[in-house]
Amino acid sequence: MPRYVLKRLLYMIPTLVAISIVAFALIQLPPGDFVTTLAAQMSQAGDTVDPNTLAMLRRQYGLDQPIWVQYWIWISNIVLYGDFGRSFDWDAPVSDLLWNRLGLTVVLSLTALVFTWVISLPIGIYSAVRKYSIGDYAATFFAFVGLAVPNFLLALILMYAALRFLGISIDGLFSREYVDAPWSWGKFVDLAQHLIVPVIVLGCSGTAALVRIMRANLLDELYKPYVTTARAKGLSEWRLILKYPVRAALNPFVSTLGWTLPELVSGATVTAIVLNLPTTGPLLLRALIAQDVYLAGAMILMLSVLTVIGTLISDLLLAWLDPRIRYK
Amino acid sequence: MARTDGVRPLFTWTRNKTAKSTAATGAGVAEEVTHIKDAEHAGAWQLAWWKFRKHRLAVASGIVVICIYLVAAFAEFLAPQGAGDYSARYTYAPPQQLHIWDNGEFGLYVHGYKVRVNPESFAREFVIDPETKIPVGLFVRGAPYKLWNFIPSNIHLIGPVKAGQPMYLWGADRLGRDMLSRVIHGTRVSMTVGLVGVSLSLVFGIILGGLSGYYGGGIDTAIQRVIEFLLAIPTIPLWMGLAAAIPPTLPPLQVYFMITIILSLVGWTGLARVVRGRFLAMKNEDFVTAARLDGAREMSVIFRHMLPSFASHIIAAVTLAIPVMILSETALSFLGVGLRPPVVSWGVLLQEAQNIRTVATAPWLLLPGVAVITTVLALNFLGDGLRDAADPYSD
Amino acid sequence: MSEPMTADVLKVEKLSIEFQLRTSVFKAVKDVSFSIKRGGTLCLVGESGSGKSVTARSLLQIVDKPGRITSGRIVLTREAEVIDITTLKANGPQIRAVRGGKVGLIFQEPMSALSPFHTIGDQIDEVLQIHLHLEKAEARRRTIELLRQVEIKNPAEMANRYSFEYSGGMRQRVCIAMALACDPDVLIADEPTTALDVTTQAEILDLIKRLQQRRGMAVLLITHDMGVVAEVADEVAVMRNGEIVEKGPVEAIFHDPQHSYTRHLLEATRKLEHNSRERDDRTASRIEPVLSVRNLSKYYGSKQAADGSWSGGLRAVDDVSLDLYPGENLGIVGESGSGKTTLGRLIMRITEPTMGSISYRQADGVTSDVLDMRGAALRAYHAQVRLIFQDPFASLNPRMTVKQIVGDPLRIAGMARGRARDGRVAELLRMVGLSPDTMDRYPHAFSGGQRQRIGIARALALDPRVIVADEATSALDVSIRSQILDLLLDIQTRLDLSFIFISHDISVIRYFCDRVAVMYKGRIVEVGSSQKICTSPDEPYTRALISAVPSPDPRQKRMMHRVRFAPEIADA
Repeated sequence: MPRYVLKRLLYMIPTLVAISIVAFALIQLPPGDFVTTLAAQMSQAGDTVDPNTLAMLRRQYGLDQPIWVQYWIWISNIVLYGDFGRSFDWDAPVSDLLWNRLGLTVVLSLTALVFTWVISLPIGIYSAVRKYSIGDYAATFFAFVGLAVPNFLLALILMYAALRFLGISIDGLFSREYVDAPWSWGKFVDLAQHLIVPVIVLGCSGTAALVRIMRANLLDELYKPYVTTARAKGLSEWRLILKYPVRAALNPFVSTLGWTLPELVSGATVTAIVLNLPTTGPLLLRALIAQDVYLAGAMILMLSVLTVIGTLISDLLLAWLDPRIRYK
Repeated sequence: MARTDGVRPLFTWTRNKTAKSTAATGAGVAEEVTHIKDAEHAGAWQLAWWKFRKHRLAVASGIVVICIYLVAAFAEFLAPQGAGDYSARYTYAPPQQLHIWDNGEFGLYVHGYKVRVNPESFAREFVIDPETKIPVGLFVRGAPYKLWNFIPSNIHLIGPVKAGQPMYLWGADRLGRDMLSRVIHGTRVSMTVGLVGVSLSLVFGIILGGLSGYYGGGIDTAIQRVIEFLLAIPTIPLWMGLAAAIPPTLPPLQVYFMITIILSLVGWTGLARVVRGRFLAMKNEDFVTAARLDGAREMSVIFRHMLPSFASHIIAAVTLAIPVMILSETALSFLGVGLRPPVVSWGVLLQEAQNIRTVATAPWLLLPGVAVITTVLALNFLGDGLRDAADPYSD
Repeated sequence: MSEPMTADVLKVEKLSIEFQLRTSVFKAVKDVSFSIKRGGTLCLVGESGSGKSVTARSLLQIVDKPGRITSGRIVLTREAEVIDITTLKANGPQIRAVRGGKVGLIFQEPMSALSPFHTIGDQIDEVLQIHLHLEKAEARRRTIELLRQVEIKNPAEMANRYSFEYSGGMRQRVCIAMALACDPDVLIADEPTTALDVTTQAEILDLIKRLQQRRGMAVLLITHDMGVVAEVADEVAVMRNGEIVEKGPVEAIFHDPQHSYTRHLLEATRKLEHNSRERDDRTASRIEPVLSVRNLSKYYGSKQAADGSWSGGLRAVDDVSLDLYPGENLGIVGESGSGKTTLGRLIMRITEPTMGSISYRQADGVTSDVLDMRGAALRAYHAQVRLIFQDPFASLNPRMTVKQIVGDPLRIAGMARGRARDGRVAELLRMVGLSPDTMDRYPHAFSGGQRQRIGIARALALDPRVIVADEATSALDVSIRSQILDLLLDIQTRLDLSFIFISHDISVIRYFCDRVAVMYKGRIVEVGSSQKICTSPDEPYTRALISAVPSPDPRQKRMMHRVRFAPEIADA
């Protein structure tokens, strides 16, 4: 097991390097560099732009260096000093803007993940065991609908319904009085209440997908010989199903974490924009539209890194669950 | 699609219902074998079609999908108005009901609008005026257009008999543009983004997945690493990053292609996995080894024996990949980093619905969402049915 | 044991089981009646599809859906208690008390019959906890004792291991321990040794017999193998198409069978007790070998040191040398993992060897090195040396018609076109006993035996000189098996062919081959005439192997008096 963990950790390094290169490439993609943007902003504001100042700024940020040197400066500042560069749009260090929102993104994604699992697992099991029952058909139908509704649309519909029928607005993550308040029990409860809608929105398509997957996995296992063996032992039907085939079907289920996590983070980005949540989503969109490259790059980098770490955790969980991996 | 010769086309069979049924039980599992007389002579495509046909929901969805593609193909003719036609007089006009019976006889008409001032908000709003009657006709002359950019015409399937009279069956938007017409025009872009994107993905997927599965070893490991990497990155932020880098000055058509390329950049991984998995499974099949021992050359082994065996699986996977593309395009355009006006796609239309206050006053702005959901549902059901039928020899 | 030995523990009366299919009802079991006495062994014998497995499962009400018992009684008697299993509520507490408590069941597939996610100990503890309501610690103590009884070494330690750390034979022992944990009155064994090697089979049957004698329980053994029946049965019931066609004491069934199907089964089995080719002395024809293999080896994952020696990894085929003479049938026999299939694949060049040589002598006398062949030369070799596969379902492309499958080698070789090719295909089909009318059908329209005939026709298409048959009859029922063997022998007399016949089944080898090479752990341990290998082999491994083969004659039970080969017992 320790060897497996080590191997998995080592595997992660090239992935992280590749992610940082992609994020850096995204920073570089828009035409011109940030000094050009800055110059454009200044001239728009009516300031005179001194070419010497621009050249000095370029030198200061290493923009006159070859591209790989620029990458090296960027990534080493992040790794060594936690310095993600500066946001021009907000005129503040990226790291000041990033952490709080990243934290809320993680909270939102994890809550949605727990929600998806808690809902999809029992429904999936029921659907497989009572294959072709009314309940199964209903679950299947809702799963398909859940997969077909884009989550931003669901968010819009829920917001519209809340406004129309309840007369309340359900955007944001905190009530006005708690936005800038320090953490307290009250603020936590307020957050929990505000999380309900985003979590449902985010969890919807994931739940739908996982119900289908759990059902298919379990159907694969239900008729295997070891289940018949267990039945021949005299186990009661539900205890039998939960102990053996569900246990076996859980493994491919856990391995879906590898792709549900990136999807959740993706979905969280769009949903947050619609629901106006103070997570990374709206900030990223704004940064991208304003070509606030360091902020956008840092966010894409960190969201990807978080997903990779999440996938790592799911792999380790899988190894812990499956003796066949553990013993290799 | 590669087909083995001797496999007859799908639709030309005659079925004799002299069904005699027996079953073989192995380890207590009953296997149903319906001996349709022709089944012995039925090729794989025919068996798959028989199996697919039993899946009623999938068949119905298939018909829906065909209809949607027909709408995409004949958008100009089906839409009462052009995609950009606007009328400031009918800003946010609500949907009218299309009446079919006029005084007990067949006759299409809608009611007109009258303006009222909301007593609470003092805002100007439209209400349906049951007094006025606007006759509606089929195959009426309206705004001129060029079908597929080269057939000039001004015939529309449906529209007000007197051109210029207001007919907004799905309501109007901020600029008084007809939502129904815009959704119909949007169908073309949204549906083709799916098709073009998936075709690109398929090319990447088949080449890379095929290389990976067929050669194995180092190539396989390298491609698998790339796929794992791409799957590990949350796609929407990545797409947003790439899409935001498209210069805003680019002409719409180029933006369209850039977006499809960006979408297929990640989309190919799923198809590559399917192809690779099939190749790996097929590579060591006895009948493939047998073909090699029969003296068949590698290309012949691949195209005559392996490809036909998993072509059906690829078709199913492609069908399931299209809705993912459609949803992605919709999400990107909705956020404002995908396709941009004046291009009309469902995502672009939904962008109008971003402000919840606006939605509250004009909920019909969400109607493009209905188009998205219907399409994705139909494609998913169809894909599911195809996947079940893809292997006609199992179960 | 308060009851006399003659009492019926289990009595099945007029049992019928049906499967409700989409369009029809399939009667899997029709009016089946039998009974088992305390301490007795009843063998339910039949070919695939006879309904024997369904019958066995119905005794515990674990027939898979949509099967159900439609009529009949299953009466279980223990002292004064009489239970009719068919009247018990599905999955209710009463039937659960029977399952594993009063009746134990073991299955064919020891590989998949155990959960890979739970330790072996945990899975056996469970039975004890359910039926005897034991504490965890006490249950584990009993589990270890049970594992010891089924002769698992280090039972205390092995109880904490997972099933994938056990070999096939050991897993079947675990299943037996599990089935016997609560001292059941009846043990149902559904093809318990079919998936096992012949020596392991002997060990397992031996173990069941000893445990049965010690506990005085009744055993219902389901099998397709008349040899196994003769070795272990007291009573026999022969099933076919869901009906019992004949039942009686084992002596009567084997020496005075009444029903034609029983006679047919016995004939098909007994026929394979002799060599079909004990007619002419083939040593005279030993001129030059058509194929000769020298020092052939295939290592997986081995590393070569600087001095050229190899270490580590798996030696699938290790330094094998063989000659195949024209017109000869050479058998290669061995148990699973002996490397016999790899050897066949090396000869076919499907797998590349690590070292060694194969030389092939063409009809014109020119000898060439097979391992040097490329492109056209290799295709020519593949035209003359053909392979028949084990699995008649996997080896035919389901998307091609029989005409395409059989005609493909002709098409590729450019030998015949259009009508001429069709004519040749028709001729080949007639040769293998199929009607040319079936040419336009797809493989799914054929039974296993017929498919194997199609495979043979394909192998014959290019007038080959050598045929390598890899377990070509293993997937077939015994009656079909001998038909296919006779077909091959018949073709051999008409065409000038040599066979390399690879099999784990000694009786098939004995029937078909002139000479036999015995493989064990990648090496050839003994080569000799079929007669000698099957009656008086020299090597201890071969002796153990041959003596473990069940004899289809209850008067000569050789398996129970078998010779044991020490290393094998440690593995089993």
